[in-house]
Amino acid sequence: MAKVKGEVKIAIETCKGCELCIHECPQETLVMSDELNQRGYHYAVVAIDNCTGCTNCALVCPDACITVYREQRGKKKLVAQLSNITENVTITIDGR
Amino acid sequence: MSEKGTVVAEKASEMDLVYCRPESLLDVRMHYCPGCGHTTTHKILMEVIDQLNIQEETIGVAPVGCAVLAYEYLNVDMHQAAHGRATAVATGIKAVQPDKYVFTYQGDGDLAAIGTAETIHSANRGENFLIIFINNGIYGMTGGQMAPTTPIGEKTATSPYGRDKKTAGAPIDITNLLAQLPGTFYATRQAVHSANAVRKTKKALIKAFEYQKLDKGLCIVEVVSNCPSGWKLTPYESNEWMKEHMMTIYPLGDIKTPSKEDLLS
Repeated sequence: MAKVKGEVKIAIETCKGCELCIHECPQETLVMSDELNQRGYHYAVVAIDNCTGCTNCALVCPDACITVYREQRGKKKLVAQLSNITENVTITIDGR
Repeated sequence: MSEKGTVVAEKASEMDLVYCRPESLLDVRMHYCPGCGHTTTHKILMEVIDQLNIQEETIGVAPVGCAVLAYEYLNVDMHQAAHGRATAVATGIKAVQPDKYVFTYQGDGDLAAIGTAETIHSANRGENFLIIFINNGIYGMTGGQMAPTTPIGEKTATSPYGRDKKTAGAPIDITNLLAQLPGTFYATRQAVHSANAVRKTKKALIKAFEYQKLDKGLCIVEVVSNCPSGWKLTPYESNEWMKEHMMTIYPLGDIKTPSKEDLLS
């Protein structure tokens, strides 16, 4: 089964550099930055683009700096079906 | 591919939001030390309140201790209590506003030391509110002094040779103590050191808020937490230390759960 694609966005100014997310990530996506934020903390950054959107990092993040996005499986199927449809067929999809 | 198909395909490649900062948690920077369990507990408490959609009908009581400024972060009606007296204040709030969800948020220095009498008597009276008890085994705010919950042998500012059982006694297991009383409806001990533990704590908090509707008695959710600054460890090390030393004397899990008859009657 193909892995689910995810994405994390980190609010670097609220990050206090506790590194809990780095230890919690099963994919080793996150690392600590070399730079400092305004408060003087090293912050978490995405090192490799292999996030699965499991939300583990966001759950343990004490300061709620991490927002997680995930590709929806249902939508993927819809795209696959649409790519098989020929040009002369018109389709309407409500609300999307 | 048709034109419409392309449009849909572009939209489908957009990602769905699966986790973000809870709305009820005010968008301010919290004063807690990096990696503190208080911050995680604040976050999941607000997530639970958002999930149950009870922000408008919840009243919290902040303690004295590290969480003294909880009302600056939690966007619910909050009240500040004198040291250790949060349960007494919550008793009063619940008496005049019985239809509201009331919780107290207390640390171990507040609940298990100076406020032991108030806590035990609230449980004994079977008061119908929720106690969120953060147990990190140290007085964090005042600089890492020994608390009644400090494990034996731990070095703190007031026990430089380690806690001695002869002079300071054994650590008090207040949740277990409260669970013995008939007025306690639900008592559980959770943690927030890992993603799995956070999920379990959220479930316990949801249960505790739902039980408040039944008007059956006191609910207590203990959160075994870390104190990186007080223990003088990094956040990750403090979590590991907590697993080794705290969770052996405070094992995680439900201590008192209501029976089926209790829930139905």
